[in-house]
Amino acid sequence: MKRLAVIAVAAAFVLVLGSAMLDLAPTAIDLRGPVMANLVQSGVEHPVTAVLLNYRGYDTLLEIAVLLLALLAILAVTDAARPVAARPAHPVIETLARLAVPLMILVAVYLLWAGAFRPGGAFQAGAVLAAAAVLLHLAGLLPGWRAPRPRLRLGLAAGFAVFLTVAAALLTQGALLQYPPEAAGGLILLIESGLTLSLALILAGLFLFLSRDEAAP
Amino acid sequence: MTFAFDLLLASALLWSAVRTLTTPRLDRAIVLFIVFGLLMALAWARLAAPDIGLAEAAIGAGLTGALLLDAYGVLRRRRERP
Repeated sequence: MKRLAVIAVAAAFVLVLGSAMLDLAPTAIDLRGPVMANLVQSGVEHPVTAVLLNYRGYDTLLEIAVLLLALLAILAVTDAARPVAARPAHPVIETLARLAVPLMILVAVYLLWAGAFRPGGAFQAGAVLAAAAVLLHLAGLLPGWRAPRPRLRLGLAAGFAVFLTVAAALLTQGALLQYPPEAAGGLILLIESGLTLSLALILAGLFLFLSRDEAAP
Repeated sequence: MTFAFDLLLASALLWSAVRTLTTPRLDRAIVLFIVFGLLMALAWARLAAPDIGLAEAAIGAGLTGALLLDAYGVLRRRRERP
């Protein structure tokens, strides 16, 4: 009886959601035109990158800030004193990781570069780099991280710092993160490079700071 | 042909989502979640949003899957050791 009631309520909810989807009003503002029209000034040729790093750059700025904050929270709750050792993995996995990681770094750099004119960009490149670090850790080649030393701290904060510096330097332009059109391409590449490095370290840090070899005495 | 592919993709997505939630074993659920993420990335690519597809494959399926597997490993080791 109870089960039937749950199924009935769930089915009714699905129907309501479905009907709501069907009579959604068409969006009042269509931004596709303006986005494509201003693409020439944005410094990049791919509309998604233009939106992410030029038209709505402050969203991306806040995104990297949130990720950095998440990592800081993880650093605050993990104890740094625990010994961390890389477990030796199967030699086949180790060899595979050794072969795959250089390719992954190459793909990451390509994605970063390609972001200017086709799908790609800092987030994807950073995620690939972070995946390479996780792979190395799982293959026993890269030990887990303890408390970050100054160089790692610098890397973690670099993306946000570069982004903030550019934003502060451009405040005289009038609006936040309004790039001068002739310098926009270079500035976006600079910001994206910083973002890639920091994102890779932050996303890898989510894994490597939390990773503890509990089996070790 | 593309319609058949889309239909297959949509049903595989739904199937993997249901299996992820209903399978009793945690390790299988995690692997199915990764499969779901990869299918989702394909779906984004089919919806002409390759940017989101790339992000989904790298972050949704790759990193989240690795984190979940790591957490599962810790849970299992804790259970084995009283």
